[in-house]
Amino acid sequence: MTGDTRPLHFTKRDLARLITGIENDDPHALRALREWYGRTGSAHIVGVTGAPGSGKSTLVAALTRMARSRGQTVAIVSVDPSSPFTGGAILGDRIRMRELFEDDGVFIRSMANRSALGGIARSTADVVAALDAAGYDLIFIETVGAGQAEVEVARVAETVIVVEAPGLGDDVQAIKAGILEVADILVVNKADREGAERAVSVLQAALDLAAPSVGTAGHHGYGALHRVEAPTASSTGWRIPVLKTIATEGDGVAAVLDAIARHRQYLEQGAGAQRRAQRLEQEVTIRLRDLLLKRAMQQIEPTRYHALIEACIARKLHPQEAAQELLNELARDDGRAPAG
Amino acid sequence: MAQMPEAMRPLRILIAKPGLDGHDRGAKVIARALRDAGMEVIYTGLRQTPEMIAAAALQEDVDAVGLSILSGAHNTLLPRVVELLRQNGMGDVPVFVGGIIPDEDVPGLKAAGIAAVFGPGTPLSEIVEFIREHTPLRHPIADRNSRLMSDYG
Ligand code: B12
Ligand SMILES: Nc1nc2c(ncn2[C@@H]2O[C@H](COP(=O)(O)OP(=O)(O)O)[C@@H](O)[C@H]2O)c(=O)[nH]1
Ligand SMILES: [Mg+2]
Repeated sequence: MTGDTRPLHFTKRDLARLITGIENDDPHALRALREWYGRTGSAHIVGVTGAPGSGKSTLVAALTRMARSRGQTVAIVSVDPSSPFTGGAILGDRIRMRELFEDDGVFIRSMANRSALGGIARSTADVVAALDAAGYDLIFIETVGAGQAEVEVARVAETVIVVEAPGLGDDVQAIKAGILEVADILVVNKADREGAERAVSVLQAALDLAAPSVGTAGHHGYGALHRVEAPTASSTGWRIPVLKTIATEGDGVAAVLDAIARHRQYLEQGAGAQRRAQRLEQEVTIRLRDLLLKRAMQQIEPTRYHALIEACIARKLHPQEAAQELLNELARDDGRAPAG
Repeated sequence: MAQMPEAMRPLRILIAKPGLDGHDRGAKVIARALRDAGMEVIYTGLRQTPEMIAAAALQEDVDAVGLSILSGAHNTLLPRVVELLRQNGMGDVPVFVGGIIPDEDVPGLKAAGIAAVFGPGTPLSEIVEFIREHTPLRHPIADRNSRLMSDYG
């Protein structure tokens, strides 16, 4: 890593190809990313999550238009699900972003989640880092929106917007999914529809009930190695706003962009450092877990591995015992010959 | 636990509808067929200008561009897409098309750089096969971005 923190001047073509490399674990791309890590950290990264059809893409497009009129450059990473059967995907979020395609200050990238859980792809964080290094002021991440708790985006984004809409079936989906815990800003979109007012009051009541911990106690969950304490609401003073929008008309969108900016200010006044430390600790922990697993799988004898699985199938061995046995054998091997 | 070999990475294909007509069934059928063949399809919807299509192809770094057109305006719109892709340094990205295109227009389109034309009734498997054969998987970083690597790396 070099000490240079200036943004890189990529052409869009080069940036697009770098992202393809990142998505596919291309060693050149990953090396470039490590070199450039020092140049990241100036973009404001905003996650947008919520049920399918709530209007995430439309809202992101409207927020982007507004941010552009305020002079900011914007990158959008939109994640859609891969088919678990074929690995293919239809990435359709651009349909709602058509008026942004030719804007030089906007970069839109559609991503398949490649069957990762949690609403984003495994490589989304690194793709966002590349866009950050390229100097975009504001980066939106639109999650899959599977309707489950898509808390993974809080690991990458500094500000998380949860989008609700009336008439999606359940009263208020977010509460059911427990996704409220990651929200910094709540948006009730489709305010032109019946039930919007009710959705706002249900969300407001849920927030009041959950105070003081909601909205600040989130952003954790990787347990074991996790030392950095989440700040509590009383120590941070961020009140989660509940905002109404009609994304298709642009109504209320300025207020959401204002709230995003206020949240950034709030993070810069101190809370952000703590959250960043927390996020990076998670990031390192997760990558360590992946590396350890990868190393273990390389060292374990496939025949031994399958023998233990067979024993589990025959119910002679509990899966926990099998895993423990593999770990013990790895530790013995490590004792004999240090891993190369 | 092995890394996905480069040759196995999913192809990224842009499916777009240039022109002003609203016939989107064909484009959707193709998008689904390519997804079912394991490709990542970026679908941008109706009424795209050639400029919009080229901009999307650029940012999405697609391996091929598929255009669906039933409006009759193919002779003007399709060559323009090819031209803009070339201007963006994407001249090597194949452009293939489908929809309502009279046979007599096909040679002209091919001369303008369209790789193939698939009319109604073409078996979907033929289209999938064509794409697989005509999109040699490019190495995303190693070739073109070597300049970036030596400048900054
Ligand atoms: C259904 C239809 C409609 C529907 C469209 C619904 C929709 N959402 O798609 C409605 C009723 C809305 C409609 C309206 C009109 N239509 Co109309 N319509 C048709 C019709 C009967 C079938 C089209 C269709 O959906 N086929 C099924 C799909 C799956 O087939 P396909 O699109 O051809 O796609 C296949 C291949 O072409 C290929 N393919 C297609 N796209 C792509 C892309 C790629 C990358 C690849 C590889 C392959 C590929 O693969 C597909 C699968 O085999 C055609 C006649 C016909 N037989 O084609 C007329 C037709 C297309 N319509 C026509 C016209 C003129 C109109 C109208 C202007 C008025 C009118 N006369 O009805 C309006 C315009 C509306 C508008 N806003 O644009 C004309 C077009 C004439 C021309 N191009 O010169 C046609 C050809 C009828 C005719 N013979 O006059 N239409
Ligand atoms: N009535 C109404 N429809 C909206 C609004 N915002 C988005 N939509 C529509 O809702 C549908 C889903 O929007 P989309 O942005 O794709 O949702 P996503 O799946 O959450 O990304 C589209 O048809 C939009 O046009 C709104 O404020 N009011
Ligand atoms: Mg969407």
